[in-house]
Amino acid sequence: MIPTEKEMNDALEERVGKDNLQKLKSATVAVLGLGGLGSNVSIALARAGVGKLILADFDKVDITNLNRQQYKAAQIGMTKTAAIFENLKEIAPYLEITTYAERITEENIERICKDADIICEAFDDPEAKAMLVNHVLENMPDKYLVAASGMAGFKSANLIKTRKLSPKFFICGDGISDVNDGIGLVSSRVMACAAHEAHMIVRIIIGEDNE
Amino acid sequence: MVKVNGKELDIAGMTISGYLKTTAYDLKYIAVEKNTMIVPKAKYDETVIEDGDVLEIVSFVGGG
Repeated sequence: MIPTEKEMNDALEERVGKDNLQKLKSATVAVLGLGGLGSNVSIALARAGVGKLILADFDKVDITNLNRQQYKAAQIGMTKTAAIFENLKEIAPYLEITTYAERITEENIERICKDADIICEAFDDPEAKAMLVNHVLENMPDKYLVAASGMAGFKSANLIKTRKLSPKFFICGDGISDVNDGIGLVSSRVMACAAHEAHMIVRIIIGEDNE
Repeated sequence: MVKVNGKELDIAGMTISGYLKTTAYDLKYIAVEKNTMIVPKAKYDETVIEDGDVLEIVSFVGGG
């Protein structure tokens, strides 16, 4: 039996308190990229009680994604937006979700992220990461931006940190572990970095916006 | 002196472009903040680094 919205909200309120839950429910977060970072970030935010997610990815679920991304074998071939929608609704049936199965470019960022309070950069391509960060910081100064760089390989998860670089810009990761340096992405370390991003987003929402 | 990613460097008077040319940074992968404000890529050539400035150069690596 799926609980009612009130039952779910009451259970959350018991954990975080009425004020924090109200802030979480009123928040809209855009998660751009739904791979190892974005799929984990969106699930963490859904569980935390964030009211609305805007989710974007142009790609489909591939067998090589399953070592770290929050999809299931039976979802191979689905668009990541459709697959994550399904998975999130199973976890948080009353979460409001808008999906965009398209590649993020400088031309569509503003349209897609218009209603977001916070933008989460969760791409894998470093050029796309730099494009997004430059574009948001230059053109969308009212948005908070949480980005990530450096989470590949087997090195210690303790090297992954959140840093506040300017009043509304945060970056998570170890800053150096490149996916092209040998070992690819390992689920636990990507999840650690995704957890840093998601936790910073939750902290911004409840008004604790220091790293 | 100028602080670049936490390190004191003697680069006052150079432009952002001029300084970046002395480094291994690839312009495609970076974002530059000067005193917590983003420096648009189109302004790297004309932005002069002054004594006391704090620069953060974020260089993105792949993976996510």
